[in-house]
Amino acid sequence: MPDDVLLTAADVTRRFGGLTAVDRVSLSLMRGEVHSVIGTNGAGKSTLVNILAGEIPASSGEVHLQGRDVTRWPQPRRARAGIGRSYQRTTIFPRSTVFENCRLAAQAHHQHAFDWWNPAVKCAESTRLAEQAIEHAGLSGQAGRVAGTLSHGQKRQLEIAMCLATAPQVLLLDEPLAGMGAEETERMLALLAALRPGHAILLVEHDMDAVFRIADRITVMVNGAVIASGAPAAIRSNEDVQTAYLGETHDEAGVNT
Amino acid sequence: MPADAVTTSLAARATPLLAAVALLAIFPFVGGKFYIDLMVTTMILAIFALSLELLVGRTGLVSFGHAAFFGIAAYATALLSPQASAPSLAWLLPAAVVISALAALGIGALSLRTRGIYFIMVTLAFAQMAYFVFHDMAFAGGSDGRYLYVKPVLALGPYTLLDLDRPLTFYYSTLAAMVAVYALLAMLGRSRFGHALAGIKANEQRMRAAGFSTYPYKLAAFVLAGALAGVAGFLYAVKDGFVNPEILAWHQSGTVLLMLILGGIGSLRGAVLGAFLFVVLKELFQSEAVFGSFAKHWQLPLGLTIIACVALMPNGVTGLPAQLRRSRVPVPHAG
Amino acid sequence: MDFAVFLVQCLNALQYGLLLFLVASGLTLIFGILGVINLAHGSFYMIGAYLAYALAPWAAEQFGGGFFTAIAIGIVLSVVFGYLLEWGFVSYLYQREHLQQVLMTYGLILVFEELRSILVGDDVHGVAPPAWLAGSVQLGSVMTYPTYRLFMSGVCVLVALGLYLVISRTRIGMAIRAGASNREMVQSLGVDIRLLYRIVFAAGVALAVFAGMIAAPVSSVYPGMGNQVLIISFVVVVIGGIGSVRGALLASLLVGLVDTFGKVLIPQTAGILVYVLMAAILLWRPEGLFRAG
Repeated sequence: MPDDVLLTAADVTRRFGGLTAVDRVSLSLMRGEVHSVIGTNGAGKSTLVNILAGEIPASSGEVHLQGRDVTRWPQPRRARAGIGRSYQRTTIFPRSTVFENCRLAAQAHHQHAFDWWNPAVKCAESTRLAEQAIEHAGLSGQAGRVAGTLSHGQKRQLEIAMCLATAPQVLLLDEPLAGMGAEETERMLALLAALRPGHAILLVEHDMDAVFRIADRITVMVNGAVIASGAPAAIRSNEDVQTAYLGETHDEAGVNT
Repeated sequence: MPADAVTTSLAARATPLLAAVALLAIFPFVGGKFYIDLMVTTMILAIFALSLELLVGRTGLVSFGHAAFFGIAAYATALLSPQASAPSLAWLLPAAVVISALAALGIGALSLRTRGIYFIMVTLAFAQMAYFVFHDMAFAGGSDGRYLYVKPVLALGPYTLLDLDRPLTFYYSTLAAMVAVYALLAMLGRSRFGHALAGIKANEQRMRAAGFSTYPYKLAAFVLAGALAGVAGFLYAVKDGFVNPEILAWHQSGTVLLMLILGGIGSLRGAVLGAFLFVVLKELFQSEAVFGSFAKHWQLPLGLTIIACVALMPNGVTGLPAQLRRSRVPVPHAG
Repeated sequence: MDFAVFLVQCLNALQYGLLLFLVASGLTLIFGILGVINLAHGSFYMIGAYLAYALAPWAAEQFGGGFFTAIAIGIVLSVVFGYLLEWGFVSYLYQREHLQQVLMTYGLILVFEELRSILVGDDVHGVAPPAWLAGSVQLGSVMTYPTYRLFMSGVCVLVALGLYLVISRTRIGMAIRAGASNREMVQSLGVDIRLLYRIVFAAGVALAVFAGMIAAPVSSVYPGMGNQVLIISFVVVVIGGIGSVRGALLASLLVGLVDTFGKVLIPQTAGILVYVLMAAILLWRPEGLFRAG
């Protein structure tokens, strides 16, 4: 496998009882690339992210991380191996400071679980990783603030920072722009662009403008299956994609084509 | 996560603790025999409560079966003690603690396969199983219980360093044990292990996403909590020289949870305070001087107190200042 | 063990399991629909038994009939009691953390136990079954079996059937099935959720009280009976899966079998086998046999 291909999904399928949420999806994430997955609601995007992250097992198919078969690896193991993810609903620790949030995430790589003597805050390695993550996420001035008091956009930045604190190589981002205003979106897009070199980024998003601005490749999912995948320009002019989205838009307006 | 904003200095935090220890140290010189005995019981219960605080307060695992480990250690102490000579503290205490830790390992390994409400029910069920083991089986004396005939000593050659048969020695040994357990848990809370547990309590999924395998952490906390409950169980067996199955009854598990809620979940001093408050309340409700012949129905006011405490004071006594502050000043919402 | 003994034990297991089902189904429904863990559920069973003991002679005086009249009165009382208890106490438990629910209902147990102690005392009592049920039934050529126990099993089967019909055929049952998996959805269907909660809770209380009443002649009436049945009910719910009535039935019968045959075959292990069963299920399927929703 070429050096740049960090994560691949091969024919990943997930069934829940009679429902096929993800239907033979294959994709690959390359270093230095933002690969966006878009689709209608219920298309299976979040389920796909959960499978790649290891939160739920695939019914069939394989996931490979840098050549290693991680299909049966549980989430913590994948995280330690270099997969980081952010959540659609913010999962920060609201009662701790921004710094504490990131330091704890960073501790995953320096767990020292049997060292009960040394205080956690004196752990130099996790402190360093946390400071780096905070800086990359653009939260340098906020390190001492209690996370629950941050604005929504800042919380989403912290969500990314916690993802970065484990120094991952693959970033699975589930709707990081959710609920953001124009200015916050700009900041987040700049952040993602800055993260691009060195990381393989999977971006699940609904904000089409943002997607077409930042993505290097786009995969479109409908009803659990991939209907198109390629460069943004190609996707934009793809007929199947237009039907899928146009059909949806028309239904929303209450008019049938 | 040490959620309290650490604005108080070390001296400010340590002073009340040191003062409390000092008070407890001079207590035997001012209190009568009855009160000394009561204080020892309270300190043993405080150790028991501290052990559960690690599980419930720090890791967020609500166990309704913690009495099992208290009782198993107490029984181990009584059963392993020879009939005619004084056992050595040096092996009896570790043995009791190891046995309850092993029990915690087995029960925890199975119970932690469940979450939330299942976990509460399963821990309760396993504790009940332990109760039946000691109640129905002959090796432990059945419902009659078992005596500890000679109290342990700590000896170095011919010199007896500690004779737990002497009340004052036992008092200070118990005090020392409580301080040691408190210090251990405080240190643990500041360590990486402790922070990880707090993170698991706050959001286990996020911890897993970061790369923490949470099951081993939870199991470790469960075993440690069981071991520390074992320390309390050992002291209990030595104190009265008698154990019976009722110490494993689920009412014991409920009582220790009540102590935590009374004192305030999430702080070590809350656990200790809760133990003291519980003993005070129980003595009050059982006092015929106050309640006359109604005193035998002391569980009624106790039950009402539990309900009132949870309903009105869910953060316990240590959480009262913050609760009062919050209710007086409207908090502006940010973000 | 010869066949006659085996059959007797099977019938015993069935009777015990079905009785457990009445209690456990209420518990699992209350948790599944209301999201409340109610430790005091066993107390309702105990209250039922003491009601049977206290009401039977009074009912005999007032109405002529004894046992069944007492049961009828008891059911009515328990529905009213359950309704009021939900309105005045349980409704404050929604949205609270599990620990708080556990402790508040634990406090409730203490209150119920002491109230019972004050009102009726702590003695153990027997309750006589109605005379026409007090005998034995001839099964085959060599065996007899107490009529009352058969009656108990029969009644429990009828109740179980009734429960099944209500849950699968009525509108309330539909709300219950939906509510077990998705509270918000039920509300959006236009169902008055508060009324549904109150009805489900009252029904759960009534089931437990009824179980206690019909069990009284067999198990006698004693103070600790509520706590005992509660913990076994927890085991049933864990094995069967929270919120699943079907699971509660299967698990109850399983527990009945294991407990009854365990006590006969290996008497030293007596009460422990049920927990070993639970441990085994936990190893294999931690969420229970049937998960609701």
